[in-house]
Amino acid sequence: MLRIAVRKRRADFALDVSIEVPTPGTIALFGRSGCGKTTLVNCIAGLLQADRAFVAIDDVVLEDTGANVRVPVEQRRIGYVFQDARLFPHMTVMANLRYGERRARIAQPFVDFDHVVALLGLRELLNRRPHELSGGEKQRVALGRALLSQPRLMLLDEPLAALDAPRREEVLPYLERLRDELQIPIVYVSHQFEEVLRLATHVVVMDRGAIATQGPIETVSRHSALRAIVGDEAMGAVLNGVIASCDPSTGLAAVQIGAGIVHTHLPDAVPGAHVRVQLLARDLILATHAVDGVSVRNMIAGTIVRIETEERGTELVEVDIGNGAIVVARLTRAASVALGLRLQMPIWVLVKAVSIQGHAFRVRAT
Amino acid sequence: MLTPAELDAVRLSLSIAARSVIVSLPIAIVVAWLLTRGRLRGRVVLDAIVHLPLVLPPVVVGYVLLLLFGVRGPIGQWLDQAFGIRLVFTSSGAALATAVMTFPLMVRAIRLSLEAVDPGLEDAARTLGAGPWDRFFTITLPLMVPGILAGAVTAFAAGLGEFGAVITFVSNIPGETRTLPLALYTALQTPGGEALAARLASISFALGLCGLLVAEFLARRMRRTLGR
Repeated sequence: MLRIAVRKRRADFALDVSIEVPTPGTIALFGRSGCGKTTLVNCIAGLLQADRAFVAIDDVVLEDTGANVRVPVEQRRIGYVFQDARLFPHMTVMANLRYGERRARIAQPFVDFDHVVALLGLRELLNRRPHELSGGEKQRVALGRALLSQPRLMLLDEPLAALDAPRREEVLPYLERLRDELQIPIVYVSHQFEEVLRLATHVVVMDRGAIATQGPIETVSRHSALRAIVGDEAMGAVLNGVIASCDPSTGLAAVQIGAGIVHTHLPDAVPGAHVRVQLLARDLILATHAVDGVSVRNMIAGTIVRIETEERGTELVEVDIGNGAIVVARLTRAASVALGLRLQMPIWVLVKAVSIQGHAFRVRAT
Repeated sequence: MLTPAELDAVRLSLSIAARSVIVSLPIAIVVAWLLTRGRLRGRVVLDAIVHLPLVLPPVVVGYVLLLLFGVRGPIGQWLDQAFGIRLVFTSSGAALATAVMTFPLMVRAIRLSLEAVDPGLEDAARTLGAGPWDRFFTITLPLMVPGILAGAVTAFAAGLGEFGAVITFVSNIPGETRTLPLALYTALQTPGGEALAARLASISFALGLCGLLVAEFLARRMRRTLGR
């Protein structure tokens, strides 16, 4: 269990958050720039002094202002990956990696040098100096350096923000491997929902220093606070599923989600693998009857559980597609009236296979 | 090529400048640290004191040193009685006078390099388990090396030519305190010494130029290793 409660007054806003999540896992701190994410992370690391703070990882209390406990930064064993990597410019990659490893105050190191080098693909870089690395390579080295300090917790403060899209794509798979292969809890700060979608097991949405909502991504993805940040267009339900079957010749995979099957384009899918998909609200079509003769690959039966009227004359309709899986569709008020939509009404959800964003995601049993 | 007296002057100048740099370097690093990162209250005062030799006539500095480190002076008397060290009229005294005069140059260079060190790197080292001294010696100090080298070489080159404070504090004793500029001055005071003066001036010129070139070369090399 990771328990964090921080209060800190700043000139422009007050930070006041409380988070309690199971470990290990990846907690995404999501919010606009300037909402206090970095301040919070710095308080967790101990680099900033909070007015009141409680930080505990499992049984280890790192800070408790109430009980006058404050473990110094250098003894917290928190691996911090900064937005700007902060590699030591006067050392080789190898020396950077060894820096934390050598100082790890721990009897039984659990992160091995060769493992990290293999996990992050650092073998070719070991003898180089930081200024000879690309942005993505720098971040991989920074990740390795933090991991080798044998951390109890990893703090990743927008590690991809300084990278362009292709470089980001180059580092993301390593982050996924890190999450899946090492049992270290991760706090991941981001203002890119795409990264949250791919990495998080628990999402904390922050707004002006406070928590707007938090929980598993399935629920948070439908929350209005998230919508306010990502924008109406990018809003959509996120669901976890398991690949039931796949067809290598077409690249189409059948994913078991809720009580139904969703077909999506996942070329390297393996049956039984966990995936996470996002169904954007604007891409969903609702039908009162099963339809025939359309190109849409997915037709899922469900029940309307919630209807929310939006300001600009549209409606958000949440449909339960079985086993607690809920998708959300946006349609015009006119369409809703024409179909006579109401709560508890059985409905068909239609979505094109190409509209679905899918990512392999090994869901932990927590 | 050079007469023994000239050689003596060159050797003395080099040795006095070198000793002054060795003595003042660690102090300059500490002072630069206090001025940049220190949270002490008298920072402005310390800054002013450090820079005083830049604005005072060198003779005044030599005179103050004489008051403090003379055999009757408070520090000089103690050094003499406790350790038998006499600074007046010795080459050690010349090194001290040179160190005081070149100190501001050195502190400036080191301070600039310390200000250029990203505190974020020290924070990173901290999260990796490095305590304060560990951070200073493994991160901050190595990153300051370009400035420290530049400061040391500049101070050394400037120290070769220190005149006013040296002649006031330790006089002009051949073989003990008669450095290049003092020898040059003596030559100019002696009838028929113009040729010697010209030779000594050329040597000073060459040494100073070498110093500056070395400083530049070192700074470039360091910048390359650090990738700046």
